[in-house]
Amino acid sequence: MASLKDLRARIGSVKSTRKITSAMKMVAAAKLRRAQTRAEAARPYAAAMRRMLAELGAGTRGQSGLPTLLAGSGNDRVHLLIPVTSDRGLAGGFNANVNRKTRDLIGQLQAEGKTVRLLPVGRKGGDYLMREFSDLIVDTIHGSGGKEIPFSAAAELGERIAAMAEKGEFDVCTLVYNRFQNVMSQTPTAMQLIPLALPANDTAASADAPVYEFEPGEEELLSSLLPRNLQVQIYATLLESAAGEQGARMTAMDNATRNAGKAIDRLTLKYNRTRQTNITNELIEIISGAQAL
Amino acid sequence: MSIEVEIVSPEKVLFSRAVEMAVIPGLEGDIAAMPDRAPMMLLLRGGVVELYENGVVTERFFVAGGFADMTATRCTILADQATALADLSVADAQKRLAGLEASYDAADKMNVPALDLLMAKMQSARAEIEAAGGEAVKAA
Repeated sequence: MASLKDLRARIGSVKSTRKITSAMKMVAAAKLRRAQTRAEAARPYAAAMRRMLAELGAGTRGQSGLPTLLAGSGNDRVHLLIPVTSDRGLAGGFNANVNRKTRDLIGQLQAEGKTVRLLPVGRKGGDYLMREFSDLIVDTIHGSGGKEIPFSAAAELGERIAAMAEKGEFDVCTLVYNRFQNVMSQTPTAMQLIPLALPANDTAASADAPVYEFEPGEEELLSSLLPRNLQVQIYATLLESAAGEQGARMTAMDNATRNAGKAIDRLTLKYNRTRQTNITNELIEIISGAQAL
Repeated sequence: MSIEVEIVSPEKVLFSRAVEMAVIPGLEGDIAAMPDRAPMMLLLRGGVVELYENGVVTERFFVAGGFADMTATRCTILADQATALADLSVADAQKRLAGLEASYDAADKMNVPALDLLMAKMQSARAEIEAAGGEAVKAA
């Protein structure tokens, strides 16, 4: 039986835990709103980019000698996976979900006899993959540490991937990240970046679509649009992941706050019962002592 | 007759409204987007997008390169970076230009794609200085 003093200490410590988790929840809620606005603001650009690429891609379908970023290297041997996680923990299953998805993908690709290489973004995923698959890792990239993500960070990563693709260091590139569905749920998603996945059934649409003129030329346009698209897709992914992280943290901290409240109620009840038992015992001792006289 | 013009940078939508005409700094020369124009995609150089309403320029934006997608009814400008003209700073752009010129001088003269990229950036910085009302220093 825990003594009254022990119980008091436990209640005190759970109370301060609850204060911390509820503060973290508030902070996450404020950050979430900002991250969500930014993710939404970035969508029109990415959408317009996709539309332009779809138009351009439809015109070049089936041609040979297409840029590597569009058509890939023609092989399917070396896969580069880019898992996007956060730099900080305490966000529920946010990072674990991406890590699990990555691990499953690695297992699946390796079972098919393919070579897998990893380029994790974010400290949490990097740490985990470093432990499990250190021989597959090309490099690890730190996230922004919860601060605002500048476009230049995505641009740098995009340039790096484009350079790797040109050198033929991989055949297929896939991003693994948490897609922001709503505050409560983020779905770990794998999105193929290279070769570019164009909408397959736009033949009907492109038959009616007006014939575009290109300036300077289709090839020049493609060769500057493709690297840009890579950067934009990565940027959009990083922003979604950042919004998802705050959402996941908010939900996790909300649960933790509620659990702490329940634990305090339970401990307080136990404390009061123990106190009452002690008093009753003392009374019984006094009364029986008095009767014995 | 009007055309829907959208100016979008990776961070946000800067402008989205129907205007009479938009003059866009294309890589090979300025191009006007007007209603019922044949669809066209083009690369942009650093320069100023001018939006006309009732025959006068009502809005000006500086874009530092990018793409434009024009159709008969719509014109989408995907800018690498876009700023309203009033928010430009000459000093800022001049500092950037000086940095670019230094790295151009230091760059490997055999690496043509990298030089092209630097050239494009310098052109954009010069256009920015000009747009902001400053004097572009002629590069040696």
